[in-house]
Amino acid sequence: MSGTSPDTPLLCVRDLHVSYGPVEAVGGISLDVPRGAIVSVIGPNGAGKSTLLNALMGLLPSKGQATLDGRDVAAMPVEDRLRRGLCLVSEKRELFAEMSVADNLALGAYSRRHEPKGAVEADLEAGYQRFPRLKERRHQTAGTLSGGERQMLAIARALMARPQLLMLDEPSLGLAPLIVAEVLETVSELRRSGVSILIVEQNARAVLRIADYGYVLEQGRIAMEGDAATLLADERLIQTYLGFGKGEAAA
Amino acid sequence: MSTRRIALLVFTAIVLVLPAVLSAYGLTLMNFIGLAAIVVVGLVLLTGIGGLTSFGQASFVGVGAYTTAWLTTAAGLSPVLALPVALFAGAFFALVIGAVTLRLSGHYLPLSTIAWSLSLYFLVGNVAALGGHDGIPAVPPISLFGWEPSGPAYTWLIVAAVALSLLTVANVLASRDGRAVRCLRGRRVMLEAFGVDTARLRLVIFVHAAVLAALTGWLYAHLIQFVNATPFGLNASIEYLFMTVIGGSAHLFGAVIGAGLMTLLRDGLQRLAPELVGSGGATEIVMLGLVMVVLLQTAPRGVMPWLLRLLPPRGRPWMDLDRARAIAPFSSRPKPERGTELLTVAGVTKRFGGLIAVNDVSFDLKAGEILGLIGPNGAGKSTLFNLLTGISPATAGTISFAGERIERMASRKIARLGVARSFQHVLLRSDMSALENVAVGAHLRSTRGYLSALLRLDRREEERLLAEAMRQLDRVGLAHLAHEPAGSLALGQQRILEIARALAADPALLLLDEPAAGLRYREKQELAALLSKLGEEGVAVLVVEHDMNFVMNLVDRLVVISFGQKISEGAPTHVQNDVAVQEAYLGVAA
Amino acid sequence: MSYLIGALLAQDGLTNGAIYALIALALVMVFSVTRIIFIPQGEIVTYSSLSLASLQQGTAPGSIWLIVALGLLAAGLEGFGYLRGDRSTSRLRAMAAYGLVPLAVAALTFATAGAGFGFLWNIVLVLLIVVPMGPLIYRVAFRPLGDATVLHSLIVAMAVHFVLLGCGLLAFGPEGVRTPPLIAGRFPVFGVPVSAQAMVVVAVAIVAIIAMALYFGRTLSGKALRATAFNRVGARLVGIRTEQAARLVFLLAGFAGALCGILVAPITTVYYDTGFLIGLKGFIAAIFAGLASYPLAALGAVLLGLFESYSSFFASLYKDAIVFALIIPILLWRSLRSTHVEEDEE
Repeated sequence: MSGTSPDTPLLCVRDLHVSYGPVEAVGGISLDVPRGAIVSVIGPNGAGKSTLLNALMGLLPSKGQATLDGRDVAAMPVEDRLRRGLCLVSEKRELFAEMSVADNLALGAYSRRHEPKGAVEADLEAGYQRFPRLKERRHQTAGTLSGGERQMLAIARALMARPQLLMLDEPSLGLAPLIVAEVLETVSELRRSGVSILIVEQNARAVLRIADYGYVLEQGRIAMEGDAATLLADERLIQTYLGFGKGEAAA
Repeated sequence: MSTRRIALLVFTAIVLVLPAVLSAYGLTLMNFIGLAAIVVVGLVLLTGIGGLTSFGQASFVGVGAYTTAWLTTAAGLSPVLALPVALFAGAFFALVIGAVTLRLSGHYLPLSTIAWSLSLYFLVGNVAALGGHDGIPAVPPISLFGWEPSGPAYTWLIVAAVALSLLTVANVLASRDGRAVRCLRGRRVMLEAFGVDTARLRLVIFVHAAVLAALTGWLYAHLIQFVNATPFGLNASIEYLFMTVIGGSAHLFGAVIGAGLMTLLRDGLQRLAPELVGSGGATEIVMLGLVMVVLLQTAPRGVMPWLLRLLPPRGRPWMDLDRARAIAPFSSRPKPERGTELLTVAGVTKRFGGLIAVNDVSFDLKAGEILGLIGPNGAGKSTLFNLLTGISPATAGTISFAGERIERMASRKIARLGVARSFQHVLLRSDMSALENVAVGAHLRSTRGYLSALLRLDRREEERLLAEAMRQLDRVGLAHLAHEPAGSLALGQQRILEIARALAADPALLLLDEPAAGLRYREKQELAALLSKLGEEGVAVLVVEHDMNFVMNLVDRLVVISFGQKISEGAPTHVQNDVAVQEAYLGVAA
Repeated sequence: MSYLIGALLAQDGLTNGAIYALIALALVMVFSVTRIIFIPQGEIVTYSSLSLASLQQGTAPGSIWLIVALGLLAAGLEGFGYLRGDRSTSRLRAMAAYGLVPLAVAALTFATAGAGFGFLWNIVLVLLIVVPMGPLIYRVAFRPLGDATVLHSLIVAMAVHFVLLGCGLLAFGPEGVRTPPLIAGRFPVFGVPVSAQAMVVVAVAIVAIIAMALYFGRTLSGKALRATAFNRVGARLVGIRTEQAARLVFLLAGFAGALCGILVAPITTVYYDTGFLIGLKGFIAAIFAGLASYPLAALGAVLLGLFESYSSFFASLYKDAIVFALIIPILLWRSLRSTHVEEDEE
């Protein structure tokens, strides 16, 4: 058994690089996600946040180290990472819009298809209990759900794979403020049930309020990091997002 | 003289001498290479460059051959007089079929070519007037004032026809429409944004390729002096396409190489293993198919790139900055006075099904003003941008530009009014030079058409277009890279190139979609300086941008949208201190 | 046209339509999951018919050599991949499967071809020989292309069509064959004598379509295929391997093709190039459905079958010309439904 001692972080990323052709979108990022923590990655648009998560899931090729639970996952295909407990809820949700809610959830457990049926069914029931709206709509196609419901479905589908570490990419994107609060509340609950979370979010204030630790990404690099509370109070954060005043040129 | 030119001359000399020394068998081979090459030249234009895959070219060869065969036998016309009719018949068929099928995208088009060419094939085999399955015998030879070309003379005739075909396509490709053709593949949205009618252009190259195929048909009919449907079937069409791929579908000269290689390959096979070929051509098509599969898996670009590597790079192109400065520029669009209202957006809404992407947004833009459009991810900026540029129509509300309502206008018509844009995901043609890419932007400033390009009557206009492109490149500081392929430029430079292309259209309104993404600090400063200068010249600029440092320092005014609605408007400092904006970006403060 | 003739034509049309429907469904399935336009589907039909005819005459069909060759090539490709550095056991397993399954099928066929085990056994053999062609063709011809554009793989599909057409001619010769019907005889339905074979064809097609619907609607593996067709990234995110899905649809396409071949052999004389034309008619139905909708593809196929049948009565010489010309109104109809500029692939 390798590195499963409780104090080593669950996810350990070292010097990760991701490039699209000649353009480097992520240039040497190192970060940790401790067990049972919510770690957030924030930063303005185009900073490389989504690229980072997609690379960690194996959707994009990357260079550098990534270990999950002490095991090197950097060279694994997506489905092996899934089986090791890594799961991504993409920015675009990537639901099967033409298929029913129930089918979406069933497919969420595709990586567990060789497990006994009972275990998966129990998780499905647990998922419906967590998201009663989805149970009401289980025969509807995913495409007919509202934005908030789709996000719930995307999270519920990801949970069907029984992740150790759930990665969420911009879960608030396109959602009204009230629903954003609901989604983030769900994320907090998930952590309480033992799932570690790595969350990318543009809505910095909201996410920092539920996170333990935060990394601020700017142009593919980590510009700031710290406890969520500290970051939340830092004035520089607003500047990262909304720019400096006139005359105060950025170097 | 460049090595390339010498290579071409040597090749030409060999081709011209060959008919005089070849045996009858050699002549036949050469004739067939030439006949195929003419069709393949058309396919290079259509498929390799224009991106329209056709599995039906042999039908057009058939149309040409049957037309001349019928006219010269049943109607007793002289072959020379039948030629224009045969070419016209090819064009007519292409026009009718193309008008129906070319609107379809991607894979539907090649599938449809398979179907209609089979239909024609079965039809011709059953029409009694065309001889049914037996075909039309005793087609007369070509006779020109008593001279009947045969043997080497006929081969020379075919060689001349190949040269002529190459010339027509080469002329077109070196023109304004030709640049647009080269961008058809995957860049139609960009072309439309610069005023190119891409549907019409696709039809035109389809007709061009069909006329070349019909020319082969005419030559074939009078060479063989017998016509039936078999050589014009689907297999022949597929083989023409294979020749295109083997030669290198993106290279004009690849047509000759492809036709030559394939014809010789088949001949070699027939000679080396005649007992195998005996079985109805089975081995032949098996080998051919295998070669194609392996080639497409390993070298989908064909032989030509490999051959070109043996030759030194192309010589220095003829346009440079000094020349460009000496050429009289196009007259510039009269610019509205600074401060007059140019763009008015009033209550614009866009719905996608139940989703409201843009909700009742209003703002205006004056000549000479630089306006920033910002908002968090997913706020509806791109949708709004698409409404302004005619990519999609507005559901409600009005957009007026210089007095014209444009909220439902097609983007190529908006372009005519003096609106030019850049694209968020750079839409350049990476294998075209920076200069040529910029010249696409100037498309509407010349009116020379396809036919005048084909006949090379557009040279002066063409020179002015390239000079204009050169001046715009100079304006953005990329003149030194004018002849580099756009794909070899750094991403930041490619973004600047997009702006140069937009400037080449001489716009009154410039719409920029994230122009600063991927730029270095210096480049951003230069871009900001350029845009400020444009503003001073009276050009209105609307810029969607994420880089706040850049945008705050550049614009006169900002419009902020969130959830499809305008939440703030005003000077940068005002917007930065607006609590609603801070909340939209960072969430509600605790 | 009398009632009787009209009814007989309808019977013909429905029978052919059922066959086109199977093909069209397979084409839609392959395209939606893999973005490959599987032109050689028609050759699979041919191989099935002609292999059945050979077996009926007690000889081992020439198509065996083709699957052995394809199998060895596929195994070679896997072995090559292994040597090039991907030392996974799944590679070795794939290599063994690609190499050994065709050899086993060949051995079985040679051992039993002349033994006269009867018609049903021959059908089993045909399925064993023809069905694996689907995944083998995918592995050898399409997999190495990686993420090629639709057009690129379409030209490859055409090249594969050439290879298979030629191999068909080499293996079976230019003569056409017709096998005896699965069930002989005619039964009157509403005063029209309906051939038992036609009923078998329609029944088998209906059963196959229902089975397919159940598979896609009820099983996890079927849902995974649909999911891949709808959203590839989403499918990858839940752990569905695109490649595995592709292999599976090619297996199903092989099965559909084999089934068609068995059904069509008793009702038409099948030559080495007959399947191609049947396949293309399936394509017209698939295009009618936008290469996307299964019900529309089935409907299109039946309409096409009927149209073909009636046009053969009114203008028998021009039957094929008319059927293939149908593509033009169909495309016109489709193009009128989409009005915006569609961007092609690069």
